[in-house]
Amino acid sequence: MAKERSLSPEARSILRTQISRRTVLAGAGGVGAAGLLAACGGGGDSASAENTVRWGNWPLYLDFDEDSKTYPTLVKFSEQSGIDAKYFEDYNDNDEFYGKVQAQLKLGEDIGYDVVTPTDWMAARWIRLGYTQKFDTANIPNKVNILDSLASPSYDPNRGSTLTWQGIMGGFGWNVEKNPKGIRTLDDLFAPQNKGKIVVLTEMRDTIGIILLGQGVDITKVTEDEFMNAVDFMAKKISDGWIRGVKGNEYAEDLTSGDATAVIGWSGDMFILASENEGKFDFAIPESGGTISGDNLIIPSTASAAGKANGEKLINYYYEPAVAAEVAAYVNYVCPIKGAQAEMEKIAPELATSEYIFPTEKTSSRLNVFRSLTPDEETKWAEAFQQAQGN
Amino acid sequence: MSFPKVRVPYLLLLPGFAFLFTFFILPIINLAQTSTQTRVAGGDTGEYEQTLAFGNYIQAFVDNKEQFGRSFLYATLATVFALAIAYPLAYAIAFKSGKFKNILLVLVVAPFFTSFLLRTIAWKQILGEEGFVVPGLRSLHIIGEQTTLTSTSIAVVAGMTYNFLPFMTLPLYASLERIDPRTIEAAGDLYANGITAFRRVTVPLSLPGVVAGTLLTFIPAAGDYVNAAILGSPNTKMIGNVIESRYFKIVDYPTAAALSFTLMAAILVLVTLYIRKAGTEELV
Repeated sequence: MAKERSLSPEARSILRTQISRRTVLAGAGGVGAAGLLAACGGGGDSASAENTVRWGNWPLYLDFDEDSKTYPTLVKFSEQSGIDAKYFEDYNDNDEFYGKVQAQLKLGEDIGYDVVTPTDWMAARWIRLGYTQKFDTANIPNKVNILDSLASPSYDPNRGSTLTWQGIMGGFGWNVEKNPKGIRTLDDLFAPQNKGKIVVLTEMRDTIGIILLGQGVDITKVTEDEFMNAVDFMAKKISDGWIRGVKGNEYAEDLTSGDATAVIGWSGDMFILASENEGKFDFAIPESGGTISGDNLIIPSTASAAGKANGEKLINYYYEPAVAAEVAAYVNYVCPIKGAQAEMEKIAPELATSEYIFPTEKTSSRLNVFRSLTPDEETKWAEAFQQAQGN
Repeated sequence: MSFPKVRVPYLLLLPGFAFLFTFFILPIINLAQTSTQTRVAGGDTGEYEQTLAFGNYIQAFVDNKEQFGRSFLYATLATVFALAIAYPLAYAIAFKSGKFKNILLVLVVAPFFTSFLLRTIAWKQILGEEGFVVPGLRSLHIIGEQTTLTSTSIAVVAGMTYNFLPFMTLPLYASLERIDPRTIEAAGDLYANGITAFRRVTVPLSLPGVVAGTLLTFIPAAGDYVNAAILGSPNTKMIGNVIESRYFKIVDYPTAAALSFTLMAAILVLVTLYIRKAGTEELV
């Protein structure tokens, strides 16, 4: 710890984030075994008391102090509000978490959480099924701080029952030695030097989204034909031996081991990889546009009135720019809160200019949110995407 | 209070039966029910209703026959390789290791002290571009500059062979160790040379171990999905990967259930045929 203190804030944040949320999902997440194991364990807390709030979030997705083994911002929240915030790092996988609580949600029984953090498309499913509660906006005045680009997703146009926790950018990542000119287009990605060494994400909306954008399709309005066409494109690239694998976070390992030279990947991971390997890797949003998705704070339908009110206070607290900056300095994903950049200047100026955490307006305008799908589409499209990868 | 003697065995069976009933029979019934469901018209993702759609089985099999074939091929190869490696190993431990016997046995079991996942991920690094195997083989011109080892069927079969090796070695060791050395001596007395004695005495007496070892390797290998997921590519997916993807990614529970049942049935048939051929009395 003493050694760490002599490092710059940026280096420190990198060290701390070496095992960030997405990295934890590596190996195990791709295999689903962690999900299976986690599915066996119980979650949350059974008691829903007046002055507590129970929050289920992804692992290592909140500022953590190694010395005191506490979450500094969460401790401050409890001190300020008098609400006992119970934090559970047991949201390991969208599908697995949904599978675990689905039966209770259906029966209207307490699932053990007052706040949970699903990714956009999963949040959309919760809303569709009526498993969320509408926010009482009076409790969340800071809601106005959400970035304009995230303020009106198709699944929740007024952000009535969801608010972004962190944003995740999808784009091209590459090995600088093998791709000295960088990768900006699909043609750059599928260049001869990368043949057989391209890895794309298992996250359908990022991989197919980026292919679609490269084909000139607007992913906020994509049709089934366009989608299937992009899936066929990917399947062809797999069968022709261009794409080596369709993976979760393990793509980061493949880049470091040399098994992959170019990827469709996530900004946060690439930021860490580039810093750890002295510029051996780089990341860019494709010329035709990249994807952005988010994990969302929502209040499940099963939360009690007190749990809901306390959850709203918690969400409001994390929408304060100063608090958001503190979190972003730790997690390094896209910070969804206006004004956090100015606050970051005060605590870690190096990070305040990072395009990965605070994309400029010009950058944000190039990021696209995949449109929400109907249940039929969700099943059919996921099936096509899975079959294209040999499943 | 005393129980009539005849009831005692049943009472002893009770805990095991209760456990199997709760954690095996009930889930199997549930799985069977799920396998014939279809989507609720206009329902949400993951909503299914019972329509006794037995066509699910045909559809599931037809869509994934390639992965079924691959699973049984890879499992067979892994079993054969594991047997080829484990037999000499078990033989050496049983007959030639002297005072090192216990240490060697611990070494055979040692991999179990580490997680299955970690060991498989380690293989990925060993076979990776910057591991020592690929550059070594390249400098010897055994493989070309463009040839890679990870993301190939070789890597998947190698991973499976490695991961299931102890399951093959231990039963083989147990049956070899049980062989009375005097039977081999007797073969010598009857003018059998070393090879003949091995072929006519040692091998037949070790057959129960071979049968047990091959079953313990083949059955989990056929349903394995970890090796294909970590060491393979989209072109080496096995049926376990399909089931995982159907269940978690597509949220298509009926197909996942139908595939699980089909896999179970296929393994059962193959194993039955194999045991018929090999002889069940050898198993115990």
